Amino acid sequence: MRNVYGWLLLTPAAILLIGFTHYPAVATLIDSFFSTGTVVRPSRFVGLANYALLADDPIFWQVLRNNLAFAAGTIPTSIALALLMAIWVNDKLPARALVRMSYFTPTILPMVAVANLWLFFYTPQIGLIDKVAAVFGMPSHNWLGDPSTVMACLAVMTVWKEAGFFMIFYLAALQSLSPELEEAAKIEGASRWYYFRRVTFPLLMPTTLFVLVNATINSFKLVDHLFILTKGGPDNASNLLLYYIYQVAFSFFETSYASTLTVVLLALLAAMAIVQFQLIEKRVHYR
Amino acid sequence: MRSILAIATAALIGLAQAAWADTEITFYYPIAVGGPLTKVIDGYAAEFEKANPGVKVKPIYAGNYDDARIKALAALKAGQPAQISVLFSIDIYELIEQDVIIPWDDVATSAADKAWIKSFYPALMMNGTYKGKAYGIPFQRSTIVMYWNKDAFKEAGLDPEKAPANWTEMTQMAGKLVKKDASGNVSRWGVMVPSTGYAYWMFQAFARQNGQDLMNRDGNKTNYAHPDVIAALQYWRDLGAKHKVMPEGTVEWGTLRQAFTEGKTAMMWHTTGNLTAVKGSAKFPFGVAMLPASKQRGSPTGGGNFYLFKKTTPEERKAALAFVQFMTAPERAADWSMATGYVGISPAAYDTPKLKAYAAEFPPAVVARDQFQYATPELSTFQTGRVRKLLDDAIQASLTGQKQPADALKAAQTEADKLLKSYR
Repeated sequence: MRNVYGWLLLTPAAILLIGFTHYPAVATLIDSFFSTGTVVRPSRFVGLANYALLADDPIFWQVLRNNLAFAAGTIPTSIALALLMAIWVNDKLPARALVRMSYFTPTILPMVAVANLWLFFYTPQIGLIDKVAAVFGMPSHNWLGDPSTVMACLAVMTVWKEAGFFMIFYLAALQSLSPELEEAAKIEGASRWYYFRRVTFPLLMPTTLFVLVNATINSFKLVDHLFILTKGGPDNASNLLLYYIYQVAFSFFETSYASTLTVVLLALLAAMAIVQFQLIEKRVHYR
Repeated sequence: MRSILAIATAALIGLAQAAWADTEITFYYPIAVGGPLTKVIDGYAAEFEKANPGVKVKPIYAGNYDDARIKALAALKAGQPAQISVLFSIDIYELIEQDVIIPWDDVATSAADKAWIKSFYPALMMNGTYKGKAYGIPFQRSTIVMYWNKDAFKEAGLDPEKAPANWTEMTQMAGKLVKKDASGNVSRWGVMVPSTGYAYWMFQAFARQNGQDLMNRDGNKTNYAHPDVIAALQYWRDLGAKHKVMPEGTVEWGTLRQAFTEGKTAMMWHTTGNLTAVKGSAKFPFGVAMLPASKQRGSPTGGGNFYLFKKTTPEERKAALAFVQFMTAPERAADWSMATGYVGISPAAYDTPKLKAYAAEFPPAVVARDQFQYATPELSTFQTGRVRKLLDDAIQASLTGQKQPADALKAAQTEADKLLKSYR
């Protein structure tokens, strides 16, 4: 009887999870072994043909490289910046609430709004960046139209948007640290840097792990800005894996190949999550 | 007794009406330009219902062209009613391959109906015709034109009333129009052609002007690697890389209009769909001209067509035909063109008094029409998404200097051949 009651409580959540998470994931995996069906040519089992196609697809490898570069560019920077901002606004400083809020503001804006804003920052000549650069006599640059700068532009925008969000977690963690630790360190004559390196940072490790996992997922998950800023161009220089999946599925109508790409994305994210939890968790707890 | 009769009659009429009211037309439509256009469409639908009691029209706004296609196809798959839709004119091959549409010729059988199909500009029917049958009836259609800043022309010592007529003139005039500040940085470019989003569309204009179309009429062969096509891309690249009259790299579609209205470029190539917006925001006199010629003039058409879905009853098809004829009648086409900047779809639309009056007051409104004689259909093939992206990538790779135009286009052609082989 007790079990039935428990199961009943679980049912609503279980239905949603199975219907919208587990079933689609499994269906995607199955679809990736079939060809895309049209009315003329029905879908049929093709085994690993879609995966062979993927291995031969230069755009897939390019978007994967782009995505890794994007992750490498955004994750460490936004975490470092978040930590720095959190420590800064954790101190007693004038107008602290205002500073905290202004750091957090980018987070509450929708990504599409942010992208539209930054589109006009990056626009050559009439954009904010070029207008400021012109004051110092610097030449105009085609930020988003140049394959060598477009990725960096996207990374800067993403860091700007995300750092404030991660700051909130660090801030909460910092406030839960016992003030006695700092007093003890002061009595022992530890420098501020030494105290940060040996006490604060290690104690923040659980937060860092949490933020790291989130930042990694976000770097593969956030593509809203591509619709506004570059559409993956020029020549796929700013195309990311998830945006490529969208293109394949809804612009090329190759649902099987899109499924194949999705399976790869899921596998990648799962692998990264496992690695992060396994490796880092060992060094996380200080009790 | 009389009252009973009255009731009986009323009931009978009610029954008859109920039987008629069974015909309901649901249609999905996209909006790709600014303005409160859903209201305009709802207004047309209400007007049609008033004139045709018994037919209900349910317009459903479905986002941009991609969204509309996805939603309409999803609705059909799920068994939801959708009898007609306005979808991208270049979706035709995809819709044929999915076997969801039928040609309008199948329902437009009377002499008047046949004349109706022939009443549109032939340039606008090219994207809607497959194997001689009309699958798409033009509705919201556009084309590329050149906008030029007359003040900038005056300042550069050029005739402000004369736009460049050919490529050589455009390069020369653009060269004169480039303005640099004291430190040598460009403060105004000569010309800008957008190359994000719809790069293939702009490139079709260059290719056509150089005498080439990029695909065949059956949609199963592309022509990316023809020497004249390569030369066209070389010219586009040279505008930035060699002549220095256009910024190097890609030019963003979305911000180009602002760049023009802020005076950062003296000329731009853009869709007629922007005409009303430019008119509203430009603080200087501007002109609209046909695109310049190389071997000939040329510009692709674009925009959305009415399609008739296969899963429809004969009554629905009849009602749908009546509705689309209503929507494309000259009066309404003129009205729609003035509300949006889209082109009038038939010569009769331009003969209506209101569009004539509008054109007399605002001559740029008819440039697109005059350019129709040089028009070419928008790039559309089987596997159209991929085939188009191959070209987009090749163009962007060339404009950003990563590949030579010849290499990029030849590689794109090889890939396109692989995709289209099985459709020949």
